[in-house]
Amino acid sequence: MAGRPRSFHLLRRKAVNAVMLSLTGLCTFIAAGTLVYILGYLFVHGAKSLNWDFFTKLPTPVGETGGGMANAILGSAKLLLLATVIGVPIGFMGGVYLAEFGGNTFAFIVRYVTDLLNGVPSIVIGIFAYTLIVLPQKHFSTLAGGIALSIMMIPIAIRSSEEFLRAVPLALREGAMALGASKSKAILTVVIPAAKNGIMTGIMLNLARVAGETAPLLFTSFGNRFWSPGWNQPTAALPEMIYNYAKAPYEDWHQQAWSAGFVLLTLILAVNIVARLILSRQAHVSR
Amino acid sequence: MNAPTTTAIEARPSGRAQSFRQRLRAGDDLTYLVTLIAASSIVAITGLLVYELYINSAASRHQFGWAFLTTSTWDPVAGQFGALPFIYGTVVTSALALFIGIPLGVGAAIFLAELAPPKISSGLTFLIELLAAVPSVIFGVLGIFILIPILRTFEEPIRKTLGWTPLFQGPFYGVSMLAAGVVLAVMIIPFIISISREVILAVPNDQREAALALGATRWESTWDVVIPFAYKGITGSIFLALARSLGETMAVTMVIGNDPKIHASLFAPGYSIAAVIANEFTEATGDLYTSALIELGLVLFALTIVINGAARILVASTSQKGGS
Amino acid sequence: MIRNVIGVKSSAALWAGAVALLAGTVSAQQVLINATGATFPYPMYSKWFDVYHKKTSNVQINYNSLGSGAGVQQVTAGTVDFGASDMPMTDVELKAFKDKNGCGVLHFPTVVGANVPAYKLAGVSQPLNFTGEVLAGIFLGKITKWNDPALAKDNPGVKLPDANIVVVHRSDGSGTTFVWTDYLSKVSPEWKSKVGAAKSVNWPVGLGGKGNEGVAGQLETQPNSLGYVELTYAIQNKMQYGKVKNAAGVFLLGNLAGVTSAAGGVKDMPEDFRVSITNAPGKDAYPISSFTWLLIPEKIKDPAKKKALADFLRWMLTEGQTQTERLNYAPLPKAVVSQETKAIAKIQ
Repeated sequence: MAGRPRSFHLLRRKAVNAVMLSLTGLCTFIAAGTLVYILGYLFVHGAKSLNWDFFTKLPTPVGETGGGMANAILGSAKLLLLATVIGVPIGFMGGVYLAEFGGNTFAFIVRYVTDLLNGVPSIVIGIFAYTLIVLPQKHFSTLAGGIALSIMMIPIAIRSSEEFLRAVPLALREGAMALGASKSKAILTVVIPAAKNGIMTGIMLNLARVAGETAPLLFTSFGNRFWSPGWNQPTAALPEMIYNYAKAPYEDWHQQAWSAGFVLLTLILAVNIVARLILSRQAHVSR
Repeated sequence: MNAPTTTAIEARPSGRAQSFRQRLRAGDDLTYLVTLIAASSIVAITGLLVYELYINSAASRHQFGWAFLTTSTWDPVAGQFGALPFIYGTVVTSALALFIGIPLGVGAAIFLAELAPPKISSGLTFLIELLAAVPSVIFGVLGIFILIPILRTFEEPIRKTLGWTPLFQGPFYGVSMLAAGVVLAVMIIPFIISISREVILAVPNDQREAALALGATRWESTWDVVIPFAYKGITGSIFLALARSLGETMAVTMVIGNDPKIHASLFAPGYSIAAVIANEFTEATGDLYTSALIELGLVLFALTIVINGAARILVASTSQKGGS
Repeated sequence: MIRNVIGVKSSAALWAGAVALLAGTVSAQQVLINATGATFPYPMYSKWFDVYHKKTSNVQINYNSLGSGAGVQQVTAGTVDFGASDMPMTDVELKAFKDKNGCGVLHFPTVVGANVPAYKLAGVSQPLNFTGEVLAGIFLGKITKWNDPALAKDNPGVKLPDANIVVVHRSDGSGTTFVWTDYLSKVSPEWKSKVGAAKSVNWPVGLGGKGNEGVAGQLETQPNSLGYVELTYAIQNKMQYGKVKNAAGVFLLGNLAGVTSAAGGVKDMPEDFRVSITNAPGKDAYPISSFTWLLIPEKIKDPAKKKALADFLRWMLTEGQTQTERLNYAPLPKAVVSQETKAIAKIQ
């Protein structure tokens, strides 16, 4: 701005500008840097302690080295499978209801309650599963743990399914109808396949989130030093083992906790990255 | 994008009613019924949850009434249960988390939305959103093995600069409300950044350009024009982050020190609602003890519902206003 | 429809995987027993159950150490097959069990262990001497510094630092806490009136750790800390632990001999095995010793489980007792073993 008088006021404003903008850069650096530091530390430490025993052996008695978390890995897989089998269909079909038949008061109630359920702390869901399933059945079980996790999956499954179904262009639906399809046929054969990418990634992200949950498992799946057959016995799970081993004084257990954290985090992040890449590529394509 | 509810276009020319079997084959009613059942089951589950919490906390509620929320004794032996130390610990650690998280989060959001080139902005946001995917128990492990030793080394400098306030006095053991607050801050920053950035990006460009045309600096246009426009959404993101931090269990349990007392200093250990439930639930002998813990769960539930509700309203109202 | 959404190959894989996992059902022979309880004897139990599983190959006893409080609570609620506790169940708890389950619960002592004052103090190489009054004073918050005159008096010549004592106690319902507070109540009237003895008390000061493991973990990382743990934990983690003055006035380090002497001093073991041996008389008796018990319901419905448990108890009382010393637990006195073997018949 040639010709403008350079007042102190202007200089001060420019200084404030420079300072504040660089501060925001610093904030970003701190935020991103924390992640990099966390991941780096975990990967270095975790990878160092990782060995074949971890994946294949059962836990050894307290104080003895050389154990592994094979049963916890299988346990987590079973819990997540159960949670998906229960939570995803309910969430998905609820999402279909909201997207295709919504707009009335009941749909409003469903959305409100979904948000409510989403906000419930996971430990409270653990209490719920304990009073609902463990107490009447009189034992801890994979079933109880799986149900607790499925309750956590449902709200997100509904919301993401609804979102992706709504995103399907109206033209596709109307085209199907114009060809003579009934509403349900249109939904099943046209709308859902069109939204399938989004729905799958939604399920993946949901799964990744629930995979790391520990609190609901404390009073439901309970933990197991051995293999857990079937669905009615307590089972070990990766997050729960990490929790128990990290708090203990044994150095060997600490190493195993790092390894478990490394494995768990790698899986979760891998799923997250893949899911988001699929989503962003789809966003590009549809634009 | 809102798909308007499509009218039930009949597969056959109108005027001829469909027989029951034909309608069944068409499947419309079945689909409607199945999805309706699924949607209702969610309402049923949530209702059952609230019901179970309420019923199973009856013994404690009848015994203590509203005084439960204001008593600070937690004495399982004497059968005296008061929620105050846990409410205090939960509130203090979350407040500390917000105190650290809001400036860092909003600052980073501003940088990512206003200043960074689009590729770097989305790349960094992607990275930061991955932080939100890290499970709580892993934050707890990192808290124990990395954060607490770091805090121990920084104890002296902190005490020298801030030791005149009652917040940083008294002995420091590593496990403390300070450690819990810092861990929570790291956990909620991604939420604040992610939502605030979107909300800021949604502010129409003409607002910025108008400000710049009037001679404002970049910062002034951001701070005095864009932020007020996005204010509700940013506040909404803060509320969401708060709701999340109130319910955080594992990371807090591992670093807070598990002491059911009220201390003024952040250096002191404390206890949060979620942490005490996690620690004591499986061993709570007797109905009163168990129902006291469940009543704590009810309190936490109520707290997070209220804050989540406020958050949703705020975020929704901004996105309606800001989106064009 | 699933085929449409995710493709033929991946849906086939999904089903195959699901079937494989579901196929892991209980085989007819396996007996799966679940238990929870005390962390005090956990190193011994985890070894025993592992050895027993290898020996019998079809009996799997899954023990989750959550603390004596959890042991009592969960066996009463019926969610586990048996419990374990270092504190015998009180009459109130016994009545609650009877009301809930319609039968009584039996106590079976397994080993005798020592509760030691463990600490992390730099610059001190010899074990420190503690009296009961000093320990009570520390845990009451009245003695706050390591170089307090009361501590210095019992430790002449030791350079105690001028630092705050960081007290560590249990945050969960713990039999180890009961043993510790039971001892303190016996030696300090002030402790008895202000705090008392129980699995869970209103601690005047200190940090909480969950389980013996949690306390040991805290002690490991916290300089100038003092807490109480079972002897095995202190030894396995190479911690410093001190001597305690017994009723005869001798400072003793927690060890097998001291614990055996304390257990041997029980003249009349009650029929239900509920007894406390803290502050036992005798110059060789370690003052903070305790039996630890398995809590087994009188009536067990499942015949396979009942047989498995009875067999395990018999094994534990014979073969199992020979393995205790390796892990620094004292075996049961012979009189107790024979009394217990007879008591196995009470399980119906």
